[in-house]
Amino acid sequence: MNDLLEQVRQGQIRAIARLITRVENSPAAAEQAIQALYPHTGKAHVVGVTGSPGAGKSTVVNALVKTLRQQDVRVGIIAVDPTSPFTGGALLGDRVRMRDLSGDPGVYIRSMASRGSLGGLARATASVIKILDAAGFDYVLVETVGAGQAEVDIANAAHTTIVIEAPGMGDEIQSIKAGILEIADILVVNKADRPGADRTVRSLKMMLHLGPVGGTRQSGRISSPPTASQNGAAWNIPVLETVATEEKGMAALAEALGQHMAHLRQSGDWVKREKERSWREVEMLLQERFMAQFQASVPPELRDSLLTAVAERKVDPYTAVHQLLEKSESKRKG
Amino acid sequence: MDQAKPRILIAKPGLDGHDRGAKVVARALRDAGMEVIYTGLRQTPEMVVEAALQEDADAIGLSILSGAHMPLVQRIVDLLAANQMTDVPLFLGGIIPNEDVPVLKEWGVTGIFGPGASMDEIIAFIWDAVGGAPAGDVA
Ligand SMILES: Nc1nc2c(ncn2[C@@H]2O[C@H](COP(=O)(O)OP(=O)(O)OP(=O)(O)O)[C@@H](O)[C@H]2O)c(=O)[nH]1
Ligand SMILES: [Mg+2]
Repeated sequence: MNDLLEQVRQGQIRAIARLITRVENSPAAAEQAIQALYPHTGKAHVVGVTGSPGAGKSTVVNALVKTLRQQDVRVGIIAVDPTSPFTGGALLGDRVRMRDLSGDPGVYIRSMASRGSLGGLARATASVIKILDAAGFDYVLVETVGAGQAEVDIANAAHTTIVIEAPGMGDEIQSIKAGILEIADILVVNKADRPGADRTVRSLKMMLHLGPVGGTRQSGRISSPPTASQNGAAWNIPVLETVATEEKGMAALAEALGQHMAHLRQSGDWVKREKERSWREVEMLLQERFMAQFQASVPPELRDSLLTAVAERKVDPYTAVHQLLEKSESKRKG
Repeated sequence: MDQAKPRILIAKPGLDGHDRGAKVVARALRDAGMEVIYTGLRQTPEMVVEAALQEDADAIGLSILSGAHMPLVQRIVDLLAANQMTDVPLFLGGIIPNEDVPVLKEWGVTGIFGPGASMDEIIAFIWDAVGGAPAGDVA
């Protein structure tokens, strides 16, 4: 493992690819890898790309990365597609739209199956971001599954979240329901060559203006009430038009990305976001650990008989929890 | 909790213009519980090997109908060797003349599937090539 980690830090593609597979397949390997790599992370600008299926996420990533590569930056891409809940298999097809990036040694593309996670990312995605960060990629772009619902996980994992819409893919109510305004740092109306793009831009701008945050996304996220940034500077969410298939609008998008980065640094939001992200990550690991401890401390027969009793309406779920916790605690003390 | 899933790269090298067959195979492998990385049409040998490397593919499946399988496969095999990836099983679908088969096998193409091959046959071959189907699986 140590040799592999060293090679990853040197940016060797084969080592990166292998380590990602291990981390995807084994929580124990993930723990070992992240413990070793964490001190070398924190440099990459992590960019989430989300939006409805077919809105053009992969095509935008392809064109945007070509633009970013005109500067001397290396880019890692993680493209998540859904795992079939019926067979456990997955068809990972985002590379099809990213063929212009092949042959570029400064770009690494990795397809990932969601493996049952529901938030638009896979369970291991956060670890894979750190691997690419530690491997020296300046940007890590993450394309989410794109379920069309608020993919809050990506907003928590990324510094900048780009939400991609396309004309005629739904009305305002759907955008509001999907919660995209709450997670977007940059809104993109792709397929601007199609009729209705102007209307989509106008209605998005109007919603941003009318929304509770007044067209600015606060770092406080959805759970906490909006607060002004430390120096009072707010970020005005830009609404940009692109035609990704013709690589139109990419310079403006790259510029908005740079401006958002600068904003995060100047306003102090960078530190805030990192702290929030860290808390969510620790919280998730704690939950997993507590659950594992709990499961190990309660005999499966007891759990089984209690569940049967709940199903038969003989015991209510709250009482079942009390009994399970009591059992678990006495086991751990004894 | 550990869960390894075979990662299979399906590519369509060469210039012939449709990828229906490759898509059918990709879908069948997904339905058999594998993770299939689908790369689309008109892949050069360089693109195929680069994708296999980046994706850490456990096997590579090529669909070639153009008749250009010999030069394409030869180049892919050379590139795999140059990248120390000769351990990645290679399988091929298409219309392959009988006289080419021994040469392809000699180059290390372990599975060759003509138009008459059944999907079950292909799936069984891949499970075998990547070290066996998971216990309890009926694929
Ligand atoms: N007309 C037009 N078509 C586009 C544009 N961008 C993408 N497309 C097409 O839209 C389709 C979907 O594009 P993708 O990039 O695969 O979309 P996606 O959001 O990544 O899709 P999923 O990953 O499947 O959710 C493809 O056929 C693209 O060629 C655009 O700017 N204009
Ligand atoms: Mg896509």
